[in-house]
Amino acid sequence: MNAIITYPLIFQAIVSIVLLFLWQNVKAQRMVSIIGSAIGLSISVVLFNQVWQKGTIAIQMGNWEAPFGITLVADTFAVTMVVLAHIVAMAVSLFSTKGIVASRVKFGYFPIMHLMIMGLSGAFLTGDIFNLYVWFEVIIISSFVLLTIGGKKAQIEGAVKYFTLNMLASIIFLTAIALLYGTTGTLNMAELATIIPEIEDRGLVKIIALIFFLAFGVKAGVFPMYVWLPAAYHTPPAAVSSLFGGLLTKLGVYAIIRVFTMVFPVGLFTYEWIGIVGVLTILSGALGAFVQKDIVKVFSYLIICHIGFMIAGFSIGTQLALTGVLFYMFHDIIVKSNLFLVSGVLHRITGSTKLASMGGIMENKTTLAILFAIPLFSLVGIPPLSGFWPKISLFGGAIVSQKWYVLAALIFGSFMTLLVVAKVWLAVFSKPLPVGSPKKLFKYFDDFNPSEKRILVIPILLLAIVSLYFGLFAEHIQQLSARIADELINNQTYIETVFRK
Amino acid sequence: MEFLLAIITGVLYASGIYLILRRSLVKLIIGLVLLGNGVNLLLFLMGGLTKGSPPIIADNVKTIGEIYADPLPQALVLTAIVISFGLQSFAIILIKRAYKVLKTDDLDTLNETDNI
Repeated sequence: MNAIITYPLIFQAIVSIVLLFLWQNVKAQRMVSIIGSAIGLSISVVLFNQVWQKGTIAIQMGNWEAPFGITLVADTFAVTMVVLAHIVAMAVSLFSTKGIVASRVKFGYFPIMHLMIMGLSGAFLTGDIFNLYVWFEVIIISSFVLLTIGGKKAQIEGAVKYFTLNMLASIIFLTAIALLYGTTGTLNMAELATIIPEIEDRGLVKIIALIFFLAFGVKAGVFPMYVWLPAAYHTPPAAVSSLFGGLLTKLGVYAIIRVFTMVFPVGLFTYEWIGIVGVLTILSGALGAFVQKDIVKVFSYLIICHIGFMIAGFSIGTQLALTGVLFYMFHDIIVKSNLFLVSGVLHRITGSTKLASMGGIMENKTTLAILFAIPLFSLVGIPPLSGFWPKISLFGGAIVSQKWYVLAALIFGSFMTLLVVAKVWLAVFSKPLPVGSPKKLFKYFDDFNPSEKRILVIPILLLAIVSLYFGLFAEHIQQLSARIADELINNQTYIETVFRK
Repeated sequence: MEFLLAIITGVLYASGIYLILRRSLVKLIIGLVLLGNGVNLLLFLMGGLTKGSPPIIADNVKTIGEIYADPLPQALVLTAIVISFGLQSFAIILIKRAYKVLKTDDLDTLNETDNI
């Protein structure tokens, strides 16, 4: 019965293979991708529902009992992330039908996109650290292709930076795995959770934990390893940036939370320096976002700032703070993906992504401006919207644990986010469009026919509805986050499920 | 033998890091390749070097009596080699493409995407 865990993975693989057979048929690829994403989303919701009702389930691949085989574990954290990944995939699939030009589709955009979703689902569901590494590789290879399809100058340059740092991160990750295996003789997370506390050489354990943090930190984009992120994320089309910005950096955070709560929990390991790194990440992201003059780069730096929120919040190490971090992460995935899609539409409307040459959205496209306001103000956290609620637990956690520097950084980060969003609003929405900006050879938003326009806006609406749900029904998400935080800190159920005969 | 392999791993890591700190795009990739090989060797080394037989349990017994070689590091190294092979071939195509488009091999001139 537990085979349902593998369905999201297998299904995405099948979709991707079907798409490969339709290599040159752009229209069919678009249809198959949308239908595939919709079915994938329903499968993941069914999986979520089963885990929500019956608790954590696990399956041993090839029937090799844990810890000898690879275990896939679906606990609430993993399935929530799978559902969110599929929601973003659904929106990006829809957006890509008009947002990605046919020549890019003919180079295999859609099959690779579905492979990436498969990789993400695999990384969330696995219970084995080496298997996590393999899924990371599946994801980064797909992301390299998505980043370079099109082959523009900026794209190639961004890709060189992205490639180097991500490959370095993989090497560091593998080094950590080698050391961990040499020390403990296992790579199964549930077994590691029981073995690590018994290792006598605490120094070695700390070093291994540090190397793991370094590897995941590069992927998540924490200080000072974030430089590749703003260099690469603004180069591909908006749909790709949306997928990257929403999901890839959060995968790094997911890996940090998963590995550190399971293998190196608070009692065994000092979290102080994680907090310091988190605080520095908030500062560099916030200040970076403030000075940038390109809307996509502004959003890229905001990703870094909010990754800092999660890392700094995680460093507090209490259940309350972890609840806040999880809620914040769920909210951030939806909102950041949405913002990149919004930036894509804004690019189509004004013909530029430079703040100086954009403007007039409020005047010319009032309905769209109101729609775009939802993700922007959710990001700031204006009370009924989704960014506000996780901050209660985050700030509360910092105050209860008396981590004043974390609290100060969180307040500073929120304030700077408000400032940056206000700046973007002024420059793009309320300022009139600068006269005399030359018309480019480029398909503007107004050149699309009404049904095509609708296809560009519907994904944004879809994600906006999800983030409105997060805001207006915050108690559901709070309950979910609290349950996940509880499962992560009291990981006995996880271990028992993995080893159940 | 362990000592020798440990030294080789160290040399591979050191030379890899030295090369990725150089300004040339080609040396960067070679550095990453060397680091990749270093980590594979480390993985192999950390599994423990034993002169043992394959871990196959005979039909009539329950456990392995004699010393056996741990098969897991070998499987891990094999997987890692295949993955790094794929990544390295992508890297080589990427630098070829980068050289064609950007017309430079100097990493210090690759700062266009970082300009404000």
